[in-house]
Formats: sequence, structure tokens, C-alpha cells
Amino acid sequence: MSVVSTYTADEMMAVEAARRLQDGDVCFVGIGLPSLAANLARATHAPGCVLIYESGTIDAKPNELPLSIGDGELAETALTVVSVPEMFGYWLQGGRIDVGFLGAAQIDRRGNLNSTVIGDYQHPKVRLPGGGGAPEIATSVRDVFVMLRHSPRTFVERLDFITSVGDRVRLVVSDLGTLEPGEDGELALTAVHPGVEPESAREATGWDLRVSDDLGVTNPPSDRELGALRSLRTKGMVE
Amino acid sequence: MADIVSLKTAIADLVHDRDVVALEGFTHLIPHAAGHELIRQGRRELALIRMTPDIVYDQLIGAGCARRLTFSWGGNPGVGSLHRLRDAVENAWPSTLELEEHSHAGMAAAYAAGASNLPFGVLRGYVDTDLVGHTSVRRITCPFTGEDLAAVPAHRPDVGVIHAQQADKGGNVQLWGILGVQKEAILASARSIVTVEEIVEELEPRPGSVVIPSWAIDAIAVAAGGAHPSYAHAYYERDNEFYLQWDAISRDRDQFAAWIERHVLGTSDVVEYHRSLERADIAV
Repeated sequence: MSVVSTYTADEMMAVEAARRLQDGDVCFVGIGLPSLAANLARATHAPGCVLIYESGTIDAKPNELPLSIGDGELAETALTVVSVPEMFGYWLQGGRIDVGFLGAAQIDRRGNLNSTVIGDYQHPKVRLPGGGGAPEIATSVRDVFVMLRHSPRTFVERLDFITSVGDRVRLVVSDLGTLEPGEDGELALTAVHPGVEPESAREATGWDLRVSDDLGVTNPPSDRELGALRSLRTKGMVE
Repeated sequence: MADIVSLKTAIADLVHDRDVVALEGFTHLIPHAAGHELIRQGRRELALIRMTPDIVYDQLIGAGCARRLTFSWGGNPGVGSLHRLRDAVENAWPSTLELEEHSHAGMAAAYAAGASNLPFGVLRGYVDTDLVGHTSVRRITCPFTGEDLAAVPAHRPDVGVIHAQQADKGGNVQLWGILGVQKEAILASARSIVTVEEIVEELEPRPGSVVIPSWAIDAIAVAAGGAHPSYAHAYYERDNEFYLQWDAISRDRDQFAAWIERHVLGTSDVVEYHRSLERADIAV
């Protein structure tokens, strides 16, 4: 295999999120970058990471990344498949999930998320798909990981709608770096990705973003990580 | 005992204008053929319920069948927005659409409560979200511990509609793979319709399957390929390409109308629908 020297912002996000998962973590996974990150963790340092998709598939081991959370591939490779009421009742509300991934259209400084509307609810500028599992994932898992690309329209001073609360958000991975909550719950920039200046992250944030005193720099993806990631993508990722 | 009838007859007999109707399916076994038949028969002002309204609800809404939608996530899975749903909400086209919005956990609890003949479902949910102001959730206190909990009114649809892999000749139904909330949707509903891939002599037990006895169902209709573009585990795969194409088809009102005219209104059943799609160079 040739030496992998360059990588995309999305790849950096997936690799960094994957690193934060521990072997044995039970993860509630959504489609897109979270699915990529969790499958990468399983393919590298955390083979015992348990992937749960909200369609009811427990311990899915997809060989190809799914387009939807209910692809047949997930059911065929899962240890077991449960109904949706069982998934949200026994497993999520039952407190058996360690890490839940969430995305959103907007995030605020406390990690509250909006995936419902942009603009007024009754007369929205953009009607988004809605919360789905997010409201209860946000309050039932041990740790919430958020994956979002940085922009002042996304990292906002004030949400148009609170779809889920940020109390359990432990990590935000963006295309510019990572944010983690301080003792008072406010998110601070804890690391920038290689080549990113902290000021660019501040400029891409709609509130006055705190920068951690011991700001770090994310390790770039290793050849092993990128190789594993790209073999996942090429196996069936629909772009 | 379920009557084994044509889908046309089942929809004509059991679904009326203004009914509360739940077509359920969680990415798998979505009852598209039944949705298309509702469009063909011109049902109006339906109050639709669905955890994850996707393409078939986009079609029903765009075709003017719905006045209300109770849901928790409305999108084209893995692709993006539902443009007909958005057009209805943002621009009241083709008519206004009233929304009642929940979380998945709340919808699941509401179906389970309906199936259990209870007035409401209980969950630890909706905490500190703005959803509370836009839905019928109330807070209740646990009589044993004093804990503050969410109550959601039970879903009690007039008609529940699902798609399954098989029924036997006696009308017992079996589905397997991703199960969603289909069993609850049928048992919560006053009347029920199940479309199936095929009718078999005898149901062969499958690991993790759900079996619904004939006497809990009103009508069964054969609709082979009736879940397309979603899939039927062990029968056919999800047509991911169609989901991607739907984004373009549904973005424009005229193009959407032409698609419905050609592939739904211009066909008489699911067999003709599939032939019509095959004849089109692209799904458009």
C-alpha cells in the first residue's frame, strides 16, 4: 500500500471521533460520519465496540456502510434485532448505551442542538427532518458525541429551536478541531486539527468561543487509520 | 379472521376520507403499494401518523391526501429533505399541513400504549426541549417515587397499514428482519390492512420474526414488490438509487406531479407500477 499523505476534513473528523471510542463501548450510531467513525473504531483499536442502530439492530457488524439506519446489511450482521419500542424503552431508556452520536443543523455553547427548524416553527425558513431519536438519546446515554462542520450559521449564539439538551455532550468534533465542556458546561476549543489556527475556529463560531489554556493539536490520521477508513468507504459508501 | 382481498378492495372498504391512518415501516417493509392505492382512490384530508415519514408520505402529502401529520423524523433517509413535505409546511402547497411532532421514543411509547389499550404512554422524555410546546406531551408525577415523567397520548389510528413478507392461507402474517413498530401499529388500530409479498401454504418459523394472528387483522392483500423502493428482507434489496433520484423528482412541483401521474395514477396496481418504472429510462 502506498503511503497516505493527504486526507480530507471529513476523514479527520471520522478518525478523531473513532479514537475517542473505547473498546467495549456500546454506541448508538447514526448514518453518515458517526457510522463511519464507529465502524472505523471497530476496524482498528476497538474491535469490541458494540454498534447499535436505532432501527433495532444490536451489535451490527456491517461489511458495507449503510445508506440508511435500516439497511438489510445491518439486520443480517446483527447479534439480534429488536422492535423500535424495545430499542427506545429497554435499551436506550434502560441506560445500557455508553455513547450516542448526534448531528444537528445548529449547536449552542452549552451543546444544545437544533435539528427541527431554521426560523420560526410555525413559518419556518427551512423545515428540517426533526429530532428523531435525539431528544432521548441526549438524556439517556452516558456520553454524547456531536459531529458537526464548523460555520457561524451552525455554531450559533442562540438556537432557533431546542431539539435536544446538551447536559451530556462530552465532545464535539468539527472539521477545525474538538470542543469539550468546561466545569460550567460551556464548550471550549480543546484542540485544533493540524494546520488550523485557533482564530479560524473562533471566527467560524457564532459565539465568543473559549480557547482552552492547554489547547492541543490533533494527531493527523495515521496511514493505518486512513487505510482502514478508506477501505470502509470504498466498500459501498454512497456519496 | 382476515379477509384475503385485492389491495383495491381493502383500501376502498377500510380507509375513508378524514381517517387517522398509520402506514408504518422503519426503513424496511414500507407499505408503498398501499400508499399508492390511497393516491389512486383519491383519499383526502387524512391525518397521517408515522415515526419516519419518508418517500411514500412525501407522495401522499404532495398528492393532496393529507391534512395532518404526526411524526418524529421526516426525511429522505441517507439523502436529505422531503421536498413535498417541506413545500407543504413552508408554502402550504398543495394545502396546509398541520404538524404534531414527537421524538422516536415518544412515538414508540404512544403506539405501545395504543396496542395495550391504555390512554397514554409514559417515558423519561422531552426534557427541556422546545418540542413540548408543539406536541401533546404532558408532565406527570410517578405515584410511587415522585419522579417527573412525560406522558404521551396513545396512538389509536382508525386504520393501520403495514407490509410483511408472508401470510398463510388462513391469513396469519409473518415478518422478519428489522421489525420497526409494525406490530404495535396494527394492534393499536381500529382497522388494519397488511400487504404481503406472497401467500404461502404454511408459515415457516424465522429467527426473530413477528407473527400476527389472522383474527387481529381485517384485510390482507398480495402486493409483490409492494415495499419498493424500500426492501423486503429475503425478497429484494433497498433501491438506494431510487432514494437518490427522488430528491430530484420531488424538488419540483411539476416534475413531481408528472411522476405521480405516470407511475401511480397511470397504473392500476403494484404490478403495473413496476412495469411503468422499468419502461422509464430513469425513474423520472
